[in-house]
Amino acid sequence: MAEHSWLTDFPAMDRSDLVAIRKTLDGAYRNFSREYGDMIEGFFDPLLSFLIWFEKLLLASPWWAVLLVITALVYLATRSALMSGATVIAFLLIGYFGMWDNTMRTMSIILVCTLVSIGVGIPIGIAMARSDRVQAIMTPILDIMQTMPAFVYLIPVVMLLGIGKIPGVIAVVIYAIPPVIRLTNLGIRLVDKEVMEAATAYGASAFQRLYQVQLPLALPTIMAGINQTIMMSLAMVVIASMIGVKGLGQPVLKSITNQYFTMGLLNGLAIVVLAIIFDRVSQAYAKRTQKHLGDNSHV
Amino acid sequence: MSDPVIEISGLYKVFGNTPKAVMPQVHAGKTKDDLLAETGHTLGLKDINLTIERGEVFVIMGLSGSGKSTLIRHFNRLIDPTEGSIQVEGVDIMDLPQKQLEQFRRHKMSMVFQRFGLMPHRSVLENVAYGLRVQKVDKATRQQKAKDWLATVGLSGYEDQYPSQLSGGQQQRVGLARALCTDAEILLMDEAFSALDPLIRSEMQDQLIELQEKLHKTIIFITHDLDEALRLGDRIAILKDGELVQQGTPAEILLNPATPYVEAFVKDVNRARALTVETVMKPASCRISAETIGEALAQMKRCNGAFGYAVNKNGYQGVLLKETLEDAAKDKPEGALNADIYEDVSALSPDSVLETVIPDTIETDFPLPVVTKDGDLQGQLSRASVAEVLGNPVKN
Repeated sequence: MAEHSWLTDFPAMDRSDLVAIRKTLDGAYRNFSREYGDMIEGFFDPLLSFLIWFEKLLLASPWWAVLLVITALVYLATRSALMSGATVIAFLLIGYFGMWDNTMRTMSIILVCTLVSIGVGIPIGIAMARSDRVQAIMTPILDIMQTMPAFVYLIPVVMLLGIGKIPGVIAVVIYAIPPVIRLTNLGIRLVDKEVMEAATAYGASAFQRLYQVQLPLALPTIMAGINQTIMMSLAMVVIASMIGVKGLGQPVLKSITNQYFTMGLLNGLAIVVLAIIFDRVSQAYAKRTQKHLGDNSHV
Repeated sequence: MSDPVIEISGLYKVFGNTPKAVMPQVHAGKTKDDLLAETGHTLGLKDINLTIERGEVFVIMGLSGSGKSTLIRHFNRLIDPTEGSIQVEGVDIMDLPQKQLEQFRRHKMSMVFQRFGLMPHRSVLENVAYGLRVQKVDKATRQQKAKDWLATVGLSGYEDQYPSQLSGGQQQRVGLARALCTDAEILLMDEAFSALDPLIRSEMQDQLIELQEKLHKTIIFITHDLDEALRLGDRIAILKDGELVQQGTPAEILLNPATPYVEAFVKDVNRARALTVETVMKPASCRISAETIGEALAQMKRCNGAFGYAVNKNGYQGVLLKETLEDAAKDKPEGALNADIYEDVSALSPDSVLETVIPDTIETDFPLPVVTKDGDLQGQLSRASVAEVLGNPVKN
């Protein structure tokens, strides 16, 4: 060290110290995962069984039955024959090009990830809206979740739970949950102050204010968050496939390593089609629940 | 007689990080500006003392920033005071725990807001029924009640519309119906009509006056519009920079403004519309209780006037002029007073608005009699008194 001046070289930590830090942290985490890994896995068991059951349901049912149910759901949500027709054609093409099974697997994992994100994200968003302190703590955490490269948090998850569906779900949820949290918080904070005052003035309790005023009025914003969450979880399926999540991501991964351009393109397009259907359906549904907003079109 | 519903005493509100810590400085008499400059705290309300009687319309008036909206939010504790007590029917609402405070808000008070405060995601009917929904009244009952109140405010047929589909005036009617629907005795109205255009505003004022005649609620009404205050208020309190500068009946405020601030305020008011005959009239200068023309003439001479008002045990009879009496006395001084001798003028009612009696007053040479509903002579109104009140700027 003596021959180097701190003016020309950054006074970095000694290499051996860095190695020591790494060894300590890695060791501690490895011990932790050996100790508690099974317990945490047990905690996620119900989720895993639901995921497997749902995937089997989609795969075992005849394709026309699944298509019928999907089309019915799309029609119920959008009330649009055009959208329903487009959905049927898109799924027929997907099946014709041999991607039906993988599409079903991807759909089941996206559905589970979205449900987990909503179930965890909305309560966190409500807590953030109710307390400035919670918001101050959560905001940087959300920033980290959105910007930290997915591979980095895949490492501890895989160390803890191994390769499989649950680590995949966790990775997708970590990446996709911030929009629903942020927009729930924002939506509740934007509720008109005078409407809240009116509810309080008529004697509404905190619970009544939340369920009768804040959540309904924040719903359009929350729905936008859910929509973003669905889009982001679809974007994660390729990365999730690296840790053993089956679905449309795996053929894409195979295409990258083997330079199969057409296979990659087809599976990529299938993901895009799923994304567009999810997006349009969830937006149309959100819009229909907000009939009180009236017709805002201008000429 | 006096039956106070709300009593506020020694109420202070300081906005800032540590309001309690600066209270000693406020008590020491530091001004609002000094307090803000030295401690960064805003003095919202300063030593407010109010008593509001049952069944009256109490108007709190002030310009923007005077603290009137802050004050009204203390009545149902949407804002908590820094110091002072708020008693409603003898209960200090500062002592209420959360659950009881909610019960208190549900049953004792309801509120109408400046920008209506309606819930955009609920239909008009659901909005009106909201107070009852919070009280967990069953659906059929609350919807029936809401329908009845909507009809009262003239909005039948709009039940299934959403607030955004209504005009401002209609939305505020919904706000009013919502407030009335809970049957709360006290009505807080925070600049309820300020966002409406003048025509609709005066329509709503009429409607409120009409409703109040039937319902006899205790209404606390906030406004920045003095004409509105004078029209609606049984009593008016004027707020300036968080301090009460004057409290009194509309006539007291108009005729005896306590400070130059109030004076400047009332200067531009159309007094002809704001004052009633009662507040301007003088005591009757000459009551004539005689039965014959001769006696009447003698009594009139004692008052040193050219006119008099004949009264007997049945009350007011008519106006007598010296000239007419003298002419009549030439023929028959012992003749009885009768309708032929009385002047052909109609008496004024004490409740009439000054504006409506100006033509009559100006046309006649003598002061007109003011007679109550029961037929008693209450006073006289001369064109001189009318001119004085309307023409003269307020004296210090």
